[in-house]
Parts: sequence; C-alpha cells; structure tokens
Amino acid sequence: MTDTQTTGQPLEKPSSLRMIVSLTLVSVLSGMAVVMVYLYTRPIIDENKRLAIEAAVLTVIPDSAGFVPFELEDNTLRPATDSPGKGQLFYAGYDQQGQLIGLAAPANAQGYADKVYIIYGYRFDCECITGVKVIKHAETPGLGDKVITDKDFVANFDALDARVAADGSALRNRIVTVKHGTKSNPWEVDAISGATITSRAIGRALDIGAGLLLPQVMKFRQQLEDHQP
Amino acid sequence: MLDDKITSHTFWEGVWENNPVFVMLLGMCPVLAVTNSTINALAMGLATLFVLLSSSLLVSLIRNWIPKQTRIAVFIIIIATFVTVVDYVIQAISLDLYNALGAFIQLIVANCMILGRAEAYASKVPPAKALINALGMGLGFTIALLCLGSVREILGSGTLLGFDLFGENYQQWIVMILPPGGFFVLGGWLLLFEWLRERKEQQEATSE
Amino acid sequence: MMRKPPRIELHTAPHAVDGQGVAVIMRNVVYSLLPLLAYVVWLFGLSALMLILVVLLSTLATERFFNWMGKQGSTLDDWSAVITGLLLALTLPPGFPLWMGAVAAIISIALGKVLFGGLGYNLLNPALVGRAFVQAAFPVAITTWTPPFIATRFAEFIPSTLTPPFMQPLDSGPWLTASGMDAISSATPLGLHKFESVSTPLESLFMGTTAGSAGETSALLILLCGAYLALRKMLNWRIPMYVFIGVIVTSALLHWLDDTNPDPLFMLFSGGLMLGAVFMATDMVGSPITPRGVMIYGLLIGFLTVIIRVYGSLSEGVMYAILLGNAATPLIEMATQPRAFGERKAAAKGKTDD
Repeated sequence: MTDTQTTGQPLEKPSSLRMIVSLTLVSVLSGMAVVMVYLYTRPIIDENKRLAIEAAVLTVIPDSAGFVPFELEDNTLRPATDSPGKGQLFYAGYDQQGQLIGLAAPANAQGYADKVYIIYGYRFDCECITGVKVIKHAETPGLGDKVITDKDFVANFDALDARVAADGSALRNRIVTVKHGTKSNPWEVDAISGATITSRAIGRALDIGAGLLLPQVMKFRQQLEDHQP
Repeated sequence: MLDDKITSHTFWEGVWENNPVFVMLLGMCPVLAVTNSTINALAMGLATLFVLLSSSLLVSLIRNWIPKQTRIAVFIIIIATFVTVVDYVIQAISLDLYNALGAFIQLIVANCMILGRAEAYASKVPPAKALINALGMGLGFTIALLCLGSVREILGSGTLLGFDLFGENYQQWIVMILPPGGFFVLGGWLLLFEWLRERKEQQEATSE
Repeated sequence: MMRKPPRIELHTAPHAVDGQGVAVIMRNVVYSLLPLLAYVVWLFGLSALMLILVVLLSTLATERFFNWMGKQGSTLDDWSAVITGLLLALTLPPGFPLWMGAVAAIISIALGKVLFGGLGYNLLNPALVGRAFVQAAFPVAITTWTPPFIATRFAEFIPSTLTPPFMQPLDSGPWLTASGMDAISSATPLGLHKFESVSTPLESLFMGTTAGSAGETSALLILLCGAYLALRKMLNWRIPMYVFIGVIVTSALLHWLDDTNPDPLFMLFSGGLMLGAVFMATDMVGSPITPRGVMIYGLLIGFLTVIIRVYGSLSEGVMYAILLGNAATPLIEMATQPRAFGERKAAAKGKTDD
C-alpha cells in the first residue's frame, strides 16, 4: 500500500509545514461544513423535538389546548428555559379558556433490560393519572413492549387514583403494581401476565415520579392557574 | 494494479464479487445491530452510502495534495464531517428514525469499510472511478442490510416495511428482532451465497 | 505393476472384541427413555404423544435431509438423532404447538449438530440448542403449561397443540376451565415459588404430578432410568452426582443466607434438573472425560442452575446451565489433563509445552 506511483507522493519526506497546512485546512473546512449544516438543521430539529413532546403531552392530557413547560427546583417554580437545570420538568396543560386542567411529566424506572422512560398525564379535577406514554424503552419485543399495546394494561391509566395526602407530603396511596387480575383499588396497576417486570417498572416510575412531583405542585397550584399559555 | 480505466467491474465489484458484507465481512456492527426492521436497514444503508460516496469523491479529489504521513488523519476528518452531516439531516427528517438507529449513525465513522475504501481505492484513482466504485460498494452494503432487515422483520414482526403480512394471529419469532437473530440471518445469507458461489465454480470447472 | 506386500495392521491396546459402539449405547439410552415417555403420555395424554412423534419425526427428517445435501450415507442408524428428538420433546410443555416443536427439532439438528460437522463434533447438546432457540423465539408459548391428569386427555388434544403453522398458540384457557382445571394453577412449581411464594409438596415433585415441561416431572422415574444406564456403564454417573452436589451446596448456602430462597430438596426435585443432569449433561460429546474435569463440569452446572433460578428472571435455569457447561468443556479438559506417569511437574512442563 506504500506504492508511490499510484498515490503520487514523492519518496522524500515532505516538510512539516505542508503537513500542518494540509491538516489545518481540511479541519477548518470540515468545521465550517459542520457548522453550516448545524445552523441549517437546528431549527428543524428543535421543531421536531417540540412536536414530539407536544404529541406526547397531548396523548396523556387529551383535552388540553396548550401547555407551558415549568421547572420545579428547590421549592421554587419557574417557567422552563431552553437550558434545563436539575429540577423536575413538567408541562402544565390548559384548556381553550386558559383554565389549568392537568399536567404531564416525564418519569422513569428500571425495567427488564434498561430504564423505561415514560411521560404521564395528571388531571386536577379527578386527582388521577389519565394517561401514560412510553417514550423510550429497551424491553423484550413481544413481551415487555406489550405495556404499550395491551389494551387492558393501558386501561389502567384511564383514571389511576393519585390523590395527595391531607398533609401534602406524599400521595395518599402509593401507586403499586399488582399481579394480573388482582387489581382491587383505584391506585393499583394491574400487571400484564408474562410482562410483570415491565409492568412493575411503569408502576414504580409513576409512584416515584408522581409521588415526588404532585405534592409539590399542589403548593404552586395558584401560580400555575394564574399563568396563561 | 489499479489503473484509471473505468470498467463494469469498477461498479459491480462492490455489489456482488466483493460485497462488503457478504464477502468482505466489513462493517459488521451496524449490519447486526440495526437490521431488525427493513426501514432501519434502508436508512442505515443509505446513510452509509452517502458518507461513502462523498468521502470517496473528496479523498480522490485531494489525493495528490495530501502528504502521505497525514493521510489517515485527513481521511478520518473528512469521513467524520459527512457522518455529522448525516446525523443532523436524519434528526431533521425524523426523530423516530434517529432514535431507532441510536448511536449507529455516529458509528458510521468507525465503519472500516469506509476508511478502507478511502485508503485502498479512492486515494489511488481519479474521482469518477472512485465515485462509481463507491456507489457499487454502498449499494452492495445497502442491499446486504436490506437482505437481513427484510428477513428479520418478516419473521420477527410479521410485517414488511410496517405492512402487516400475515394477519394478527401470526406468531412472531421474537428471537429474530433480538441480537441473536442478526447472527442467525447473517449466517443463513452467507451460507446461501457461499453455496451459490461454489456451485458456479463447479459448473465452470466442468464446462472447461 | 508390482504386487504390494500383504498388509498387517498393528494396533496398540485396548483390543476391543465386542465393543459398545456408538449405536449400541445410543439405542440403550433410547430404551431407558421409553418408560419416561410412557409415563409422560399417561400424565398428559394425546397432546404429549403427538408432540413426541412430531418432534421425533422432524429430527429424523432433518438429519436425513442433511445427509442427502452432503451426499453422505444415512447417519440415522447411529440412533443419536432419535435421542435428540426424544429429549427435545421431553423439554417442551405438553401443550406446545406442534409446528413450534418441529421448528425446535429442525434447529436442534441443523444448528446444534450438522453445522458443527455431525455427531461427535457438536459443541453443545443439540436438543438443548433447539430448546434454547424456541425459548428465545416463542417465550410465551414455551412458558404456557397445562396441568396433568385432565379427564379428557386421551380423547381430545389440548387446543394449543393443534395451532396452525406460523400462528400464535390457540388459547387453551376455556378448554381447561371446561375440563374443571383452573388455568392459573398451571404454573410450574418453580414459577409458583419464584413469583408467588407458594411451595409444592415434595411428594408430588418426586412423582411428577405437577405442571411443567413433559419431562421435568417425575424425578423418581428419571433416576431409575438413569440407574439402568449407569449399571450398564453407558452413562457416567459421576456427572449427575456432581451436578446434584453443586445444586445442594449452592442452594443450601443461599437458603441459609435468606430463607425465602427454596431449600435444597425442592431445588433438587423441581424443574428439569433431573432430566437435565441425568440425560443431557451426560451427553458424551459435550461433557469432559478427565476425572477432575467431570467434577468441575458437574459442579459448575449445579452452581449455575441455582444461580439462574434464584437471581435470573426465568424460573428455570437448567438448560442454560448445561449449555454453558457444554461450552466450557473444551477449556475444562485443557485445564485438567492428567499428568502422564513420569512426566515432570508444572514448572518444567511449561517449557515442554512450547
């Protein structure tokens, strides 16, 4: 492969300057090309991401007309910016009249293969979880991913009880996943037979996510209601 | 020895005789990892084809100007540039597709087929020839990915390009969309091609 | 042409006059499996019989097909394909769809045996390769068990048995309810223990009157059949013994650390351990021959079985334990070569090996 005739290179060592110049030039040109493509595609990618989030939020709080992202950090609530901090991000959903109806928030828990990432919707009027959408997972196809398609399982989240306890410190009843066919309380998630681990992951994600977020959100409810989208 | 003449071999070499997947066994990582559905396989194939075409063209254009000592670094920068471009473009086209392909888009840069072509071929021939060869190689790679992707999707999900083929009672062969399925199907195709090649050689031997 | 001098063939000892050839041993293994098969058919009825026949015929047909492809003579008469078929059938649930059984059979011969070069060259136990494939391909069907002693078992098939090819198993639930069986009760003892903390009496484990794969039932019968082979010196009884020791020691330790883990006796008599240890781990091709190697191999399988059962997400781990044991066999044999008489010790040996 060191054939000089085909590569057209002289046998003697080229000057260091030439090597430096060629490398620099190629790097600069490459950098410029990447920056140009970045500048051109960035708005489109951001729009795609926004649409993806919007679609996800709308599936979990279907009758919301618009939503505003908020971030809750160290007991302060502020509208989320493009550079998210360490706080819990959530989306407050408003109806046509600008009334606060619910919120959507991301949560995750360890599943069978990897973490299962979900976004769940919560409604203030029934104080319940009204929808769960799996954003990202690595569960076994045909088994674990039934949590997305199984109608009976999805029906768990038509109105999953998530009332906040009277003292406002936690959920009144922790959300638990129970064995298939034994759901007896509105805060229980009926697992899929054969996909128990993934079902439990979703229940746990809700329990941890909603259990931490909802009691805090209640303190800022007035602030959220005053905020118009 | 490589000369500057363009023959049909320049193109067909990559598609059949030296197919990067089925003959040279290059770039196995994406071949096994993202072929669990036809659409993923197609997207991966086309992304690789684009990177291969543009990097081959550029490498060939500047082949007489790059000092030999720095050529590998230059090739990698060129390839990485195009991979980054593809990465952004796919994100702009479809986030779902981008998420399905995962890190394997970025990993095109480490696909030995592309650097191999730049080093062993494009840097030694004029642009037109490099481009035609790269097109053949890229198509060969895409076809191979499609071979794997379609079989795995049909068996593993009972669909082809997302269309349901067998009705809802079809039993999916779940192993086929899992990583072992990639090895099984690749093995099956290798067996088939090796058998075809052997048979052809035998026929040629007997006819002489 | 000059006439060649007559050839006198010289062999070193041993001079076998009337040897136990491969075919003889294999045939005896088949005989020893017959009582087990009969018992399984009695427990599960027509469906089990049909599954055994279909799997057996599929292994034989696959073996014959590859004989024809490779333009060889038939290798069916060494009886090894028969054993593969019978053992495979015994590892499947009785109501397993027949077409999936055929798939498992084809895979076990093609991928588990022919690909490596036929009998004697296969690294892994062919029956378990087939079983592992269907476990990964059809995880739901292979964990759907039916209880034994269904009243109409000799008159009707379990509905899922007759599933049309390439279709999902038909739902056996209504049929089971109609037969007076609770569909939910058809979990295996191991599954019951792992997921619901219900233990099964040792006696039903020993007699095999529990739900489970066809052959993971009667521990007693498997031991008797194994004893017959061991007495005829056609089975290395040390392998099952070491497997059992491995299981007992590991599970006793885990049970002592945390008594929600099953006790050693339950571990020993539940699941496919008996069948696996007696008939599969002892596969002459996939197991080591050196004495120390046999010990390591058996203990390894026993240890892995318990670890997978207790910490894995599956309730049964014998299959993977044996496959891993098979895979480790060449390494085990390399490490445990006995020192020939008069050979110098390890320090000097390093040099001679170069």
